[in-house]
This record gives sequence, C-alpha cells and structure tokens, in this order.
Amino acid sequence: MSKLSVENVSRQFPAPRGGAPVPALLPVDLTVADNDFLVLLGPSGCGKSTLLRLIAGLDRPTTGRILLDGRPVSAPGPDRGMVFQSYTLFPWLTVADNIAFGLREKGLDEASVKPIISDWLERIGLAGFGNHYPKQLSGGMQQRTAIARALATDPAILLLDEPFGALDNQTRGLMQEMLLSIWEKQKKTVIFVTHDIEEAVFLASRVIVMTARPGRIKAEIAIDLAHPRHYTVKTSSEFSALKARLTEEIRSEALLAAHV
Amino acid sequence: MKPLEPISFGARLALGLLFFVVFVAAWSLATFGGFVSKTFLADPLTMIDEGRILIVRYGFLGDIAITIWRVVGGFVLAAAVAVPLGVLMGAYKPVEALLEPFISFARYLPASAFIPLLILWAGTGELQKLLVIFIGSFFQLVLIIAVTVGGTRRDLVEAALTLGAKDSRILTRVLLPAAGPQIAETLRLVLGWAWTYVIVAELIGSSAGIGHMIIDSQALLATGQIIFGIIVIGIIGLVSDFLFKALNRRLFAWSTL
Repeated sequence: MSKLSVENVSRQFPAPRGGAPVPALLPVDLTVADNDFLVLLGPSGCGKSTLLRLIAGLDRPTTGRILLDGRPVSAPGPDRGMVFQSYTLFPWLTVADNIAFGLREKGLDEASVKPIISDWLERIGLAGFGNHYPKQLSGGMQQRTAIARALATDPAILLLDEPFGALDNQTRGLMQEMLLSIWEKQKKTVIFVTHDIEEAVFLASRVIVMTARPGRIKAEIAIDLAHPRHYTVKTSSEFSALKARLTEEIRSEALLAAHV
Repeated sequence: MKPLEPISFGARLALGLLFFVVFVAAWSLATFGGFVSKTFLADPLTMIDEGRILIVRYGFLGDIAITIWRVVGGFVLAAAVAVPLGVLMGAYKPVEALLEPFISFARYLPASAFIPLLILWAGTGELQKLLVIFIGSFFQLVLIIAVTVGGTRRDLVEAALTLGAKDSRILTRVLLPAAGPQIAETLRLVLGWAWTYVIVAELIGSSAGIGHMIIDSQALLATGQIIFGIIVIGIIGLVSDFLFKALNRRLFAWSTL
C-alpha cells in the first residue's frame, strides 16, 4: 500500500479583482511509497511548492484529496514534518528548545525530551550548540536544526521546500550529504522540492518533473544510483546522463516560464 | 562623515553631552547677557536656587512622588487592559474587525479634552488624574500592539502548526513570544507620552504634583521654578526610559543578539 496518495488534486487561487481564477496546479495524481525519496523538480512558479503545502495541510485543494496512510489530510499535523525555504526556527528559543518544540506540543515529559534533543544535536553535528539562539548560527546550521526539529517527533513523512535554496554551493553540498545519510539510516519517506537538477539527481530515488505555470506532472524518472551515495557520484557518467536527461525535460519548461 | 558609519561609544557620549552644554551655554548667554528680561526667563543659577528652595521649603519631592505615582498608576492600568486586548485583536481577526474601527476613532479623541468631563464624573481627585493617563495611553497601546501581533511572521505560525501545535496554543507558543520585544518597546514609547498627559491633568483642578507647582509658579511669575519643574520631568523621563530599555534588553536578550 502506498504511504501517500494524491488523487486528482488541483489548486486555483481566487482571481484578483473579479477576473478569472488563477490555476496554480492542474489536477495531479501521485503515489509515494514507504521509504521513497521523491523530488519534485521544476522551474519557479510551476506549483511544486503549492503541491507540497497541500500535502502539509497548510492549504486546501480546490479539487481532489490527499490520503496519508489511508486517512485524508485536512490540516497541518506532526505526522508530516516540514522544512521551509525561509529560516523558520523560533528566534526566541534556543537550538535545543527549537528541536524540542514538537515533542513538548505532543506532551512528552522532560525526561524523555532530553535524550532526543542530545541525540539530534549529535546527528546534525551541533553538539555543544544546544544553548545557542538561531541568530547566532549560520544559515546551514539553522537549516540543519530545522531538519532535526521536523524529524524529532518521528513524522511519517518529511516535506522539504527548497530547504537549501538560500545556502552557498559548498554548504548546500554538505547539507545534501547530511540529509541523504539521515534518510539512508532512518528510511524516512521524503518529498523534496527543488529547482536544482543536480540536487534532485543526487538525493532522489524518483524525480517528478513539473511543467511551467499552471503546474502539472510532465515526467517521472527513477534514479537508480546505488546507496549509500557518496558525493563523488556527482562526477560519474551515470549521474551526468541523468542530469542531461532532466536538463532537457526542464529546459523546455524553463523557456516557457521565462516567456510568461 | 560617511553615511551610516558607526561611531565609538566615547564619541557618542561626548557628542550627546556636548549638546546639553551648548543648550545651557545659549541659555546663559541669553539671560546673563541681558538679552532676555528676567521676568520672562530666569537664568540657570536662579533656576537651580529656586529649585533648591522648592525642595527644601515647599516639599517639592512630595509633588514629584505624586506625579510619578499618577503616571505609573494610570499607565499600568492602561497596559493591563490594552496588552491582552491588543494581543487578541492581533491574533483573531473577528475581534479586530469588531474593535479596530472604534479604537481608531477613539485614538484621535484628545485626552486633554476629556479633562472637564472627567472632573464632572470623577471629581478632581486621583481617579480623574489616572483616567486622563488611561485615556491618553490605552487606545494608542491597543492599536500598536494589535498591529505588532498581527504582523507576526506567517511562516513561524505555519512551522508551529506542522510541528503539531494546536490552534489554541499558537497564541502562547508563537504569537506572544514573537511579539514580546515589540510590545515592550511600545510600552516604553507610550510611557513617554503618558508624562505629557499627567502634566496637562495636573494643570487643571489639582492641589499637588509637578503640574500643579508649575501653574502656581506661573501666578508668581517664578520662571525659574517652572523651568526647574520642566527639567525634573525631563530627567525622570530619561531615567525611566533608560531603566525600561535595560529591562527589555534583559527580558528579550534573544532579540538583540
């Protein structure tokens, strides 16, 4: 049985000043299996973030429905962890308290929260930073904490909306490796939104290419590079071939998008 | 000078003091130099001497205490109602829709114009003074706090929702802590305004307080005393502002990192 199924889901935004409604996402069907690492790839404005927000429950679809483990999604919840593109750590909480946010909302007692915090600090390489405030961290460290915060409550599925988009190239590479190693160890179900082709190929087990506005699914490409993936895979011929193929798929869409 | 270029702490202090010196020098020149009649403007030395007499002979410290009590009392009352109400308006749009238009209207009603009415309703006692401060600061506080809370970053609220925070918990777990430093800054700002209202309240129908002393001195043409009173208000304002700032920095250390 599939973990997540998106059935005939579309989203229209109400028209500004009585014009025709703006379609952001045309009806989409999508199933995501347990332990899948799905990447939604497309040019900006293709509705990939809209689709992710619908899955998160932060927005409601105009048509269709979304099922997670057979239950319809109607509102945001801790079973779908989310990492945003903007830095959304709570600036008034320390790194440790940020990681513990979801656990405390769940009502866990402090004795069980403590070990989870130190465990995650270790895993994201921020042991010793537990008492720092977000403003004292670099962008990469903040996004690592945001990933830990989203995973601390052990959600059924992790949603990431261009989480490394604002980071420099080197940091971004390291973050991809960290995320991948967490996924390889924990076998989470992940949906990752990006417009970066290399990032998509490196991370995904499956890439969904989306079309320019209004968004719909254009192609689905399996990435069967072996795990654990090492960063050196990025220079392999297999990797280049996949990248070239996705580049072709995306290019036509980007051209369309640029004319809009 | 380069635009936006920071300066050292020492230079900042020296420049800040320099202008006080320039101010007193210009005042001394005008009075000691005989450019302005003593009847209209006392010189700095006369002012200090009259201030000394006020304190020693006429119990001016008591007036100061009463005025401070009125400002703090009226302001605390206003804040105690305005902060919760402003937070609710910022957080819940129906509450805002209900109250915002009226409060925007009430904000423009000048507190000083209520004084005759308030004397009619509450007499010339302490309650009337507190009510003037209350009216003067309450509506401003509510509106600014509502805007502050309403302007909380949406993505922080969304992050909390995806972490399992219930709608009812968003207020205490996200909106309040996020708006905390701005609310504290608003309180500091409006406290400064409360000082102008208290003096106006004391100018009319009052038997004690700094404003009352100023009106008495006017009858005696004691400009030295008037200026002394005004300067005392300025100093109290400066000190309370400084303390408030220090408190905010301690309470919300995360926001000034």
